[in-house]
Amino acid sequence: MARRNDDQTRYRIFTRRAMLLGAGQAALLSTLAGRMYYLQILESDRYATLAEDNRINLRLLAPPRGRIIDRFGLPLADNVQNYRVVLVREQTRDVAWTLDALGQIIELSDYDRERVLRETASKRAFVPVTVRDNLTWPQVSRIEVNAPELPGVSIDVGRTRRYLFGDPMTPVLGYVSAVSESELTGDPLLELPDFRIGKNGVERQHDLKLRGAAGTSQIEVNAAGRVIRELTQRRNEAVPGKELVLTLDAELQLFAHEQLAAHESASAVVMNVENGEVLALGSAPSYDANAFSLGISPDYWGTLVNDPLSPLTNKAVAGLYAPGSTFKMIVALAALGAGASPGDLAFCRGWLELGNARFHCWKKQGHGWLDMIGGIKQSCDVYFYELAKRTGIDRISEMATRFGLGQPLGVDLPGERPGVVPTREWKLGAIGEPWQKGETLVTAIGQGFILATPLQLAVMVARIASGRAVTPRVTRGFREVEGEGPVVGAEAPVFAPLDVPEAHLKLVRQAMDAVVNEQKGTAYWRRIAKEGWEMAGKTGTSQVRRITKAERDEGVKKNEELPWRFRDHALFVAFAPVHKPRYCCAVVVEHGGGGSKVAAPIARDILTEVQRRDPSAAEGLPLLASSQVREG
Amino acid sequence: MDFTDLSRPRNPRLKFSQKLAQISWGLIFLVLALGASGVAMLYSAADGNMEPWASRQMVRLGFGLLIMSVVALFDIRFWFRQSYLIYLVALLLLVAVEVMGSTGMGAQRWIDLQVIRIQPSEVMKVALVMVLARYFHGLASEDIARPTLLVLPMALVLVPTGLVLKQPDLGTGALLLMVGVAMFFIAGVRMWKFAVLVVAGLGAIPIGWQFLHAYQRQRVLTFLNPESDPLGSGYHTIQSKIALGSGGLFGRGFLQGTQTHLEFLPEKQTDFIFTMLAEEFGMLGGLALLGLYTLVFVYGAAIAFRSRNHFGRLLAMGLMINLFLYVFINIAMVMGLIPVVGVPLPLISYGGTAMMTVLISLGLMMSISIHRDVRIPRTGLNTEL
Repeated sequence: MARRNDDQTRYRIFTRRAMLLGAGQAALLSTLAGRMYYLQILESDRYATLAEDNRINLRLLAPPRGRIIDRFGLPLADNVQNYRVVLVREQTRDVAWTLDALGQIIELSDYDRERVLRETASKRAFVPVTVRDNLTWPQVSRIEVNAPELPGVSIDVGRTRRYLFGDPMTPVLGYVSAVSESELTGDPLLELPDFRIGKNGVERQHDLKLRGAAGTSQIEVNAAGRVIRELTQRRNEAVPGKELVLTLDAELQLFAHEQLAAHESASAVVMNVENGEVLALGSAPSYDANAFSLGISPDYWGTLVNDPLSPLTNKAVAGLYAPGSTFKMIVALAALGAGASPGDLAFCRGWLELGNARFHCWKKQGHGWLDMIGGIKQSCDVYFYELAKRTGIDRISEMATRFGLGQPLGVDLPGERPGVVPTREWKLGAIGEPWQKGETLVTAIGQGFILATPLQLAVMVARIASGRAVTPRVTRGFREVEGEGPVVGAEAPVFAPLDVPEAHLKLVRQAMDAVVNEQKGTAYWRRIAKEGWEMAGKTGTSQVRRITKAERDEGVKKNEELPWRFRDHALFVAFAPVHKPRYCCAVVVEHGGGGSKVAAPIARDILTEVQRRDPSAAEGLPLLASSQVREG
Repeated sequence: MDFTDLSRPRNPRLKFSQKLAQISWGLIFLVLALGASGVAMLYSAADGNMEPWASRQMVRLGFGLLIMSVVALFDIRFWFRQSYLIYLVALLLLVAVEVMGSTGMGAQRWIDLQVIRIQPSEVMKVALVMVLARYFHGLASEDIARPTLLVLPMALVLVPTGLVLKQPDLGTGALLLMVGVAMFFIAGVRMWKFAVLVVAGLGAIPIGWQFLHAYQRQRVLTFLNPESDPLGSGYHTIQSKIALGSGGLFGRGFLQGTQTHLEFLPEKQTDFIFTMLAEEFGMLGGLALLGLYTLVFVYGAAIAFRSRNHFGRLLAMGLMINLFLYVFINIAMVMGLIPVVGVPLPLISYGGTAMMTVLISLGLMMSISIHRDVRIPRTGLNTEL
């Protein structure tokens, strides 16, 4: 049967070919399985990583900035919530278009517009940029309602630095402000739109500790960039900044500022003479640090910068003044060190001649015969001309340096200036001329080249009162957790003795006592009457201009008759209580006139107040509980 | 070898109940398993919702199974007789779509009959296998060697292929061509002729390149180096490989695939559904699916081998190859082995027309299985049933 046979032939061919085809199919299916093995087993880790990269965006969580509190635990700077509208470039259709649309909903200044365009261009595409800060509730709800039409725009709750007392605290606290482009370090935290860093004061000095550490949160996004959810298990919370505990007594600071603000321009420093803790450090006029937290307005900035009283300068650490008669203690100590005796007498007839120059005492008719205590008590210039003539500039400068003048003291505040203690070498270097004998006399009364800051004058007094090389500080320490736990910081330091005989120091303290508490003392009318609280001090009045011979012949004009900027600076340095020194104070009132008349009352009031508030006094206050820092 | 089994009637005329008893329940089980997997994946693709895909796919699956049964119950001789007619209708539809077809997905592929939308190229996939089986059924083993007798079947393959390519639908065109070649192969055309074809085909590549649309060229170029354009044409391939690779051995779990659920993977409910399955169920899931398909292919081959008529053998084998090509091209594509072409995964991908084609194919296989003892003379049937 040919046909059937042929069908069998066809079937045989078919079977063979089908088998071949089947083998081919099996081979291809094996290829698929092999590929699966390659992708899903061998390369699985790589692709798993790529899948994670696809879906996960890392977001930085800004740490809350540490609070700043005073020595008794009173908050001086904290954080408050602030609503703002932010824009993420990679999620917007077009930044300019989005800003136009947003401008229909809330007011947008051209300035803000330009800034956002600039920032979005310079920052990474996923970094949110703040469009406007400090929104009101109606503004927030208007934006929320329109949010669906504005991809990339969202409302964010941020934290804003708040300074609870405004102006009086600013010299110590400083302020925080937005990071400028030159301050970018590559740390992405600094690129966050609301991030603020300390620009002045302790905010700047201790910025890194106050700042804390950024946390991260992982956000799952879809292919379009929309946030699906936060992967909460992988959230890495930010570490809040540490709480900064100052040595400052806020109430005293307010009190001091009030005294200073009564004058055009003044500054004061109050310190503990034993441990160098600064209890108040005021500089007036000051400014409101809150203005910087949200971005200072150009108007306010212009006012501050152009103010002739330079409120932006912390005069307590950066104001340089001739110390005037407050320098006489140093001259006395130098003279004693050089062998002078406290009983050495000098006659003041109102002036002293050296070569063909005549050096005047402030008291035209002269003081007559004076010993050293009398010279300090009555602040006789002639007596100190005589001392200086015998002691020489080298010993005087050496002693000034030993008492902290002419050098930065390392207080933890930015902008501290070293001042000037003139020496022969200094003059040759700075002016290019050799030292003149007459300049020693001028230096002896704290005039001429010598310049010091109020902080240096306070330290000088602290060293006289304690006999130790006290250095100032405004920080007691830090606490890891806000409002609780021990204050961890610099242990109350033990300062080295000054290597000045105690007898010399005692004599100078006695003289300062006499200045205030004895009749004929230059500050007798400014003494503290309360028993046990008495202060010892020294007045200073430093000239800011040269009095010509013609003027002197005509009769020196009274300060009040001069234009303000030519008037003398009024200075006063003091410590209290007189027999067991604990606090010292330096006050400088720019162009205030006489030290005893203007500066001494401020020092007196401040020293009275600080003793009243002393934790060891009956009316005193408890120091911040749980503190590990020994109260000196 | 004698395949005559004397215990079974030579030319049975089966009653309806007998036919029903002969239905390949194993094949139906495989279809259901695959269909259920597809519905589950579509449920996942919609983030755990029956809408919009899974529920409609279920309806289509039910309807398709019905059609499959109807097709299976028709006598194999009916299909034998109607082969040329069906091919002709499919060809006319292809021409019609060229003339009046609406444009879907950037290419002319659909005819809208208001009630249903017909994709003539899908119809042609079945029709071409039928007509070639019918033609080769009529050729004696020695006739296969005569080149003149190969002209007509070549035309039967090339005309619809050309029309489909013109739509343009590169994937379906290639499928038609490949299944045509496979039919020639199992019909017993001499091996050296295929060698000539391969050489000629390679020579035609530069010419064919000229006829490709820009997007088709781009796809080929992108396939050769997907990383060159990670956000453009290479995006599909890269994201698909990431999804597959991140699935690992056991997968990320049902509804847990991040690549698909976060929409990094495009067209996850259609052409890239295998990627999603392999992401969520891992290599084990992928291999399991591949195993199910392999069983279907084995079933198809077994039906072919057991058929007593050459038409049935060729048809069953051709339809099986057709299915195989779908599966292979789709999976190879999502794994980055071949360029991205629009070929769905049978019974899994969302889409009505492809599912209908597959189920009709399987219905035909069942018809062959049910009527495996029917003999059809080489010269054809003259008597009515």
